[in-house]
Amino acid sequence: MMTVEEIKTAIDAAIPDAGVVIVPNPSPSGQHSLRLDPRHAIKVAKFLRGDAELALDFLSNATGVDWPDREVAEKVKVTRPVTKTVDGVEQTAEETVEETRKRVEPGCLEVVYHLFSVEKKHGPVVLRMRTVNRTDQVELPSLTPIWRSAEFQEREIFDLFGVVFTGHPDLRRILMWEGFKDHPMRRDYVDPDDFDYEPTAHDAVLVRAQEHRAAAAAEEGTGAAQ
Amino acid sequence: MVDEKLKIELGKQGILATTIQELYNWGRRSSIWPMNFGLACCAIEMIATTMARYDMARFGAEVFRPSPRQADLLIISGTVTKKMAPQVVRLYNQMPEPRYVIAMGACAISGGPFKQGYNVLKGIDRYIPVDIHIPGCPPRPEALLSAFIELQKKIDAQPLTGEGRPRFLDAEAQGEFPVPEPGEHDLEPASNKGVWPVPVVIR
Repeated sequence: MMTVEEIKTAIDAAIPDAGVVIVPNPSPSGQHSLRLDPRHAIKVAKFLRGDAELALDFLSNATGVDWPDREVAEKVKVTRPVTKTVDGVEQTAEETVEETRKRVEPGCLEVVYHLFSVEKKHGPVVLRMRTVNRTDQVELPSLTPIWRSAEFQEREIFDLFGVVFTGHPDLRRILMWEGFKDHPMRRDYVDPDDFDYEPTAHDAVLVRAQEHRAAAAAEEGTGAAQ
Repeated sequence: MVDEKLKIELGKQGILATTIQELYNWGRRSSIWPMNFGLACCAIEMIATTMARYDMARFGAEVFRPSPRQADLLIISGTVTKKMAPQVVRLYNQMPEPRYVIAMGACAISGGPFKQGYNVLKGIDRYIPVDIHIPGCPPRPEALLSAFIELQKKIDAQPLTGEGRPRFLDAEAQGEFPVPEPGEHDLEPASNKGVWPVPVVIR
């Protein structure tokens, strides 16, 4: 089995502008993955399947990851001129101050594919692809034309995460019903307020149940006032 | 009503004294045909219950009917997802009276371990009347047999007239239950308040 570095070298040799990035996995398993550039993903996938040494003929698993927008606070050293009065004389001096700056790192949706070779009895090779953002640019190329087993799993990712796979033969919801809004596996999905009856609520459910009860009581109060 | 002791004495003389109600209920309780319908892992236990080791046929329930038109008992054996719930209500509506429901296992009675999921109904009793609830995850076949015996006792005790008579003998009773529609995030309505008034929790 080739290491990810060797696979990356092989891909770069075959497809010069592939833009494959190695995503290291720091855990003891050390199962590093390759992040593909969605524009060249089909070409890279075809190479991985067709290459005589790799022969990755089996896609065992496709799954999604939601990376929400996150706020990053970092300390930056800023140098700025400060005017001071020393012994009655105004002086301008440079001063270095530490400032905390907050910026929002935009989130994205990620798709992970696990490939094996039945012929060579090796694997897995982990592929990743990321969308531009989580809202309007969520298209990724479908790998169903290359590995047929991706079809239902990509439908599931579309259903639960909202990644739109271009080139998929039959992109419909698979688990939720037609007419369902939103994508329930996203981190910011809020499930419907159905907390009428929670006899043994605790933790997050208790909070939701208490909110529901407070809202119901407030509604009843206004109803009685009228 | 015939006195019990007198009945036994008459029986010794070869005379059978009974009431229409007794005869009728004996007939009903001794030939409950369940519907051939499983939803999740509890269905495996239900199947085991019908097989030789537990042998549900001993209680007159040997014929699992593959059509709701011929079934008397609906065993909700497993997780009811929100996508499946309208179909379950529809199947129940298609069953002829008299019909009974056993909610088998934690999922069917409350949603169980999946209760807070986005796709699981918090108990089938929100849409259709349930006669017997069995807790367990999944319940043992013995538990299903016990529920079945309880159901037989319940049928045996049903009067044919007056208060507490079964739904099919009450001309004014509701026979059809509204099928919930899939909405944008949840089923609409989220429960049938006529069947399931929100239980009051005493805190």
